Amino acid sequence: MKRSNAPIFWLLFGGGGMLAALFGTMLVFITGIAAPLGWPFGPDLLSYPRVLAFAQNWIGKGFLFAIILLFAWHAAHRIKVTLHDVGIHPGPVAKLACYGSALAVTVVAAASLLSIGF
Amino acid sequence: MNARAGVRRPYVRSMQGWWRRDPFFMAYMAREMTAFAVAIYAVVLAVGVMRLAQGEAAWNGWLAALRSPGSILLHLVLLVSFAVHAKSWFEIMPKTMPMMFVGGRRVEASTITRTGWIATLVVSVLMFALTWWWKK
Repeated sequence: MKRSNAPIFWLLFGGGGMLAALFGTMLVFITGIAAPLGWPFGPDLLSYPRVLAFAQNWIGKGFLFAIILLFAWHAAHRIKVTLHDVGIHPGPVAKLACYGSALAVTVVAAASLLSIGF
Repeated sequence: MNARAGVRRPYVRSMQGWWRRDPFFMAYMAREMTAFAVAIYAVVLAVGVMRLAQGEAAWNGWLAALRSPGSILLHLVLLVSFAVHAKSWFEIMPKTMPMMFVGGRRVEASTITRTGWIATLVVSVLMFALTWWWKK
């Protein structure tokens, strides 16, 4: 019997959903609102040397990679399933578009984080 | 007379806009739509990491893009979407996880949901504190 690959996608979906629920809201506030406005953490929060040092640290690198990877796969799986509800039945094209985008985001993040070095 | 008049053509109700028919369906759609916010934020971060790897000028370009009013507005929408996601994620959790028993009694769904919300609150406060400590 062929083994189902569903548990892998389900695990990525579940892990991403959990991480998004726990970290997402505050993370969006910090990177998307607080840092650009320079309040309340000051204007230099995300300056180049600081973020570079964060991304070179293995904890920072791992955190960034886990967030990007799991968010991308969570969203891809959920959008794929929801497409059915708006009348698009999840065939190979929908699957490729959803999981392919997640894979592309993963590859870009992995390659960039590796090239930043340790 | 129309040649097809004799052919039976049963009425099939259109499913167009089905989710607008009931507040429950609308809430369902709103919660599923948060997946797009999660996707957009993953792309924003992936581009950020890519620009970081390309050097200081590229990184400053990404920072400048984040400071544009359009980006701030986008992130406000993302912020609300992530909050909706966190709220609904833990509301669904009791239905998706295996039954949990403590002392021979099944743990109430509302307990699981509330624990999740408190966990989000604690993690958010911790992240804020860590960022506060990390700032200059």
